Amino acid sequence: MKIKVLGAGCANCHTLEKRTIDALARIGSEGSVEMVTDYGVILGYGVMGTPALVVDDTVVLSGRVPKVEELESILTAVPS
Amino acid sequence: MTQTVSPRRDLRHEDRSAWMPLALVVAAWIALYALNRSLWDWVVHDVVGLEAGSNAGDAVQFFLYDTVKIGLLLVGVIFVVTVLRTFISVERTRELLGGRRLVVGYALAALLGVATPFCSCSAVPVFIGFVAAGVPLGITMTFLIASPLVNEVAVVLVGGSFGWHVAGLYVATGLTIAVVAGVVIGRLGLERWVEPFVYETRLGAAALAGRRRSWRERFSIGRAEVAYILRKIWPFVLAGVGIGAVIHGWAPEDFFARYAGADNPLAVPFAVVLGIPLYSNAAGAIPLVEALHAKGVALGTSLAFMMSIVALSLPEMVLLRRVLRPRLLATFAGVVAVGIIAVGSLLNVVL
Repeated sequence: MKIKVLGAGCANCHTLEKRTIDALARIGSEGSVEMVTDYGVILGYGVMGTPALVVDDTVVLSGRVPKVEELESILTAVPS
Repeated sequence: MTQTVSPRRDLRHEDRSAWMPLALVVAAWIALYALNRSLWDWVVHDVVGLEAGSNAGDAVQFFLYDTVKIGLLLVGVIFVVTVLRTFISVERTRELLGGRRLVVGYALAALLGVATPFCSCSAVPVFIGFVAAGVPLGITMTFLIASPLVNEVAVVLVGGSFGWHVAGLYVATGLTIAVVAGVVIGRLGLERWVEPFVYETRLGAAALAGRRRSWRERFSIGRAEVAYILRKIWPFVLAGVGIGAVIHGWAPEDFFARYAGADNPLAVPFAVVLGIPLYSNAAGAIPLVEALHAKGVALGTSLAFMMSIVALSLPEMVLLRRVLRPRLLATFAGVVAVGIIAVGSLLNVVL
């Protein structure tokens, strides 16, 4: 699973990154988490509300920072 | 879409179980809000024995009463607004604003700026997303100005502190500033001062098309937002209320009236300039502003101070510098500042 956190480096984005890593660890999934700060790339995904979460090139979340539990269910729902 | 959609029956069942606890919380909220003043009157004056009318008595009573009142208002407002906002998205807003040029477009942009969920750290992607998709620069600016300027938390706190007619004035003047500033920027033809990469950005197809959310999910988003915002702003609130309490208890009755009364035309510009580097959120600014007003600062001046604190902030300008050249950035700050000064001065004369 290739995960990208889209956001220009604000506090919310770092929180989302941290929680995503936590959620991955909890579901015991192998995945890489990468921060994307380039506005061109972010908008290339059609995202305006940051932070956003992209899993295997699909946007699954934008404009908010959910709890770790919700992230877990989002990540488990992704067909791998 | 990646999340499995539950069958309708499950959704409805989930909804019913989500509304029940909410009703209890609402009832508790109303009871606390109604009893707040008498509770602290009793505790401070009767139990602790600080006399009503004494400096310490007034300061302590103000601090406790105001902290609880603001806390309750914040919880209520953030929750309701966040739940309502789960029905709107930035993407949808852009669709609504695309291709509009007339005054209607500006008015709509101001209203949507208030209603659309969006944090100030998204200002840059939203700006790029709007402008690159062909939303006119002026309309985009109106949206970006209205969003922090007319802040739902501020509206409620102003209403709770100054009365709801003042809150109405605040909303009306705030929307007007956003519209006029956007129209001015649009008319000036400043597109060449937008960083060129903005126009070259290729936009991906709007992600995350609408998905049916259950009420339980909306409530849970609301709850998370309440916890998140309170955790972020409580130091500001306590500091604001604390300073307010000191001013309330000890500053002489007309201390500020001598310097910042309605008859001093320089008070409003001074307050606005002072407010730009002062970066707080509405929740911290309002107790302070309320106390200043109680000690003689004119209402227009007080509101201008608050608007300047919430609408013009240095961190946001630094972010926007990525997409706006310095001259456009300066024009933006200048137009908004002039608008706030005009509104504050006008209110001082009229009221």
